[in-house]
Formats: sequence, structure tokens, C-alpha cells
Amino acid sequence: MTIQEIAFYIFSSVAIIASLMVVSARNPVHSVLFLIVVFFNAAGLFLLAGAEFLALILLIVYVGAVAVLFLFVVMMMDINFATIRQGFVRYFPFAGLVGLILLAEIIFAITSIPDVGGRATLGGVAHPIPDPQQVSNAHALGRILYTDYFYVFQLAGIVLLVAMIGAIVLTLRERPGSKHQNIGRQSYRSSSDTLQLIQDKPSGQGVHNG
Amino acid sequence: MDVLLKEYLPVVVFLGVAFAISCAAVIASLIAAWQKPDTEKLSSYECGFEPFDDARRPFDVRFYLVSILFIIFDLEVAFLFPWAISLADIGTFGFWSMMLFLAILTIGFIYEWKKGALEWE
Repeated sequence: MTIQEIAFYIFSSVAIIASLMVVSARNPVHSVLFLIVVFFNAAGLFLLAGAEFLALILLIVYVGAVAVLFLFVVMMMDINFATIRQGFVRYFPFAGLVGLILLAEIIFAITSIPDVGGRATLGGVAHPIPDPQQVSNAHALGRILYTDYFYVFQLAGIVLLVAMIGAIVLTLRERPGSKHQNIGRQSYRSSSDTLQLIQDKPSGQGVHNG
Repeated sequence: MDVLLKEYLPVVVFLGVAFAISCAAVIASLIAAWQKPDTEKLSSYECGFEPFDDARRPFDVRFYLVSILFIIFDLEVAFLFPWAISLADIGTFGFWSMMLFLAILTIGFIYEWKKGALEWE
């Protein structure tokens, strides 16, 4: 067994065990932490397959940002561990159906990949995968993503824009009670607006105000 | 062995050392420390009084907003990496393709700035 095969079996078995823990852990926060373990192992599998750019992006985007978002969402819900178990039997048929559909999609995707010259390519795309010994991953991606896949790339930008505006519209609300600091107004205040000099009188006569 | 994977050997060594140290910390404290738990020792300590509530309570939705805005700009930067490496190959069209992408996201950035989504109050 080569060292790659050993690494592959370690990564994939840890990923499977951790993903079983994701769905079976009682505490949702623990589920998210196991999900992070799955992400790390998936990154390792990507690396073994030679897709180092995808592996590192998986770490940066999924572990660095998406997992944090999941933690926020899990913590934002007011979770009662007794009530979260209640609907299990009622929701099981629907959840099972969704699971079956996903399984069918995965099987369909795997079986529809043609094998081109020993390398699997999705849907037999026009671009053959360059030799990873000569062209780095990110370089090969950059050569086609911005020109040949121009529309898809711009579509990704628009999807990100929609996500940004949607998140702001859904969550941003005015808080009337809060006190803002207007730095412009603060800087333009002159001392004559607020400062008042009181001429001191000899002692014994008190201070005449105003 | 693959040339690509050989470059990742230090990462594997690092992971092994990290795994060994974290296992050693857990196991050593299990062996070396005097274990005599009781309910008072194991209960959470909150400045001398009984804990009021579970730690799991809903918090402000604005954390979610900050996080999702972070993801979006994170992805934008992720798109910039391959573009920056291959800029010599993709020419003017590739350059302006990315500029259009950045312009679309800048619209969103101006929107969130003007809306005050970046301010915490």
C-alpha cells in the first residue's frame, strides 16, 4: 500500500465517521464542530486527487467562513434539546425522501462522468485537464474561468450581489433607541456653540450665571 | 511519489505533531491529575451564585449579517487568486471580465455602506 492510499483511507474513513457524528450528535454545536472535521478531511481528499486549489479554498471558505456562519445560526436558535427530538417520527418520511433524492443525484452524477484518457471530466467538457506537473491548479483554472466561462462567472457575481442585498434587507432594522455618533457633526462643532466664559467676581459675591 | 504531494509532507508532519501533542495533553492530565469529581466541582462556577440559565440563548441577528458579508467578500478574494496568477494568459478580455465582476460586487458594497450595515451603533 502506498502512502497515498493510506492517507486516502484515513481521510475518507474519518470523513465518514465525522459525518455520521454530524447527524447523530445530540448537541447541534457539536454537530457543527464535526462538520468542520468533515471539511478538513474533504480538503485532504481533494489534495490527494491533485486539486490543491480547491482543497485550500475549501479550508478558507468553508472552515473559515461557512462554519462560523453555521455556528452563529446554531447559537442564534433558542434550542431546547427536549423539543428538538419531538418531531422525529413525523418528519422522518419527508427527510427520507430528500435523502433519497440526494442519493439519486449523486449516483446519477457519478455514472454520467465519462472517462477521458484516464482522467474523469464532468460531462466531457471542451477543456482537457492539463498536466498538474507543468501547470498549477490555480493557473489552469484562471486560464478558462474568466474568459471561456465569462457568463457563468458574471452570474456568480450577481448571485453574490443578491445574497449580500438579501442578507441586508432581511436582517438590518433600525434601532430607534440607539445613540449614533455623527463624526462629521462632531468635527464641525465650534467652541462658540457650547463654551461659555464666566468672568470671575471678587469673592463673597457668588457666581452670576448667564 | 507525486511531486505535488511531496510539497505537502511538512503539513503532514505538522499535523502529526499537533495530533501527538493534543493527545498527550489529554492523556497526561487523565493519568497524572488526581481525579475525585463531585457535583459541586463539576457544576459551572458563576461568581459564587447558582447559574441563572443555560448558556444557549439567542443573540443579535447582526452577527449573522457580519458573517454573511464576510463570506461574500471572502469568495470575491478567492476568485481573485487564479485571476492574478493567469493574468498574462487571458489578456484584456480576462482583465475586464474581472473588473465587471468587481463592479457588480462594488454595487453591493456601496449599498451596504449607505444602508449602514457595517455600523454597529
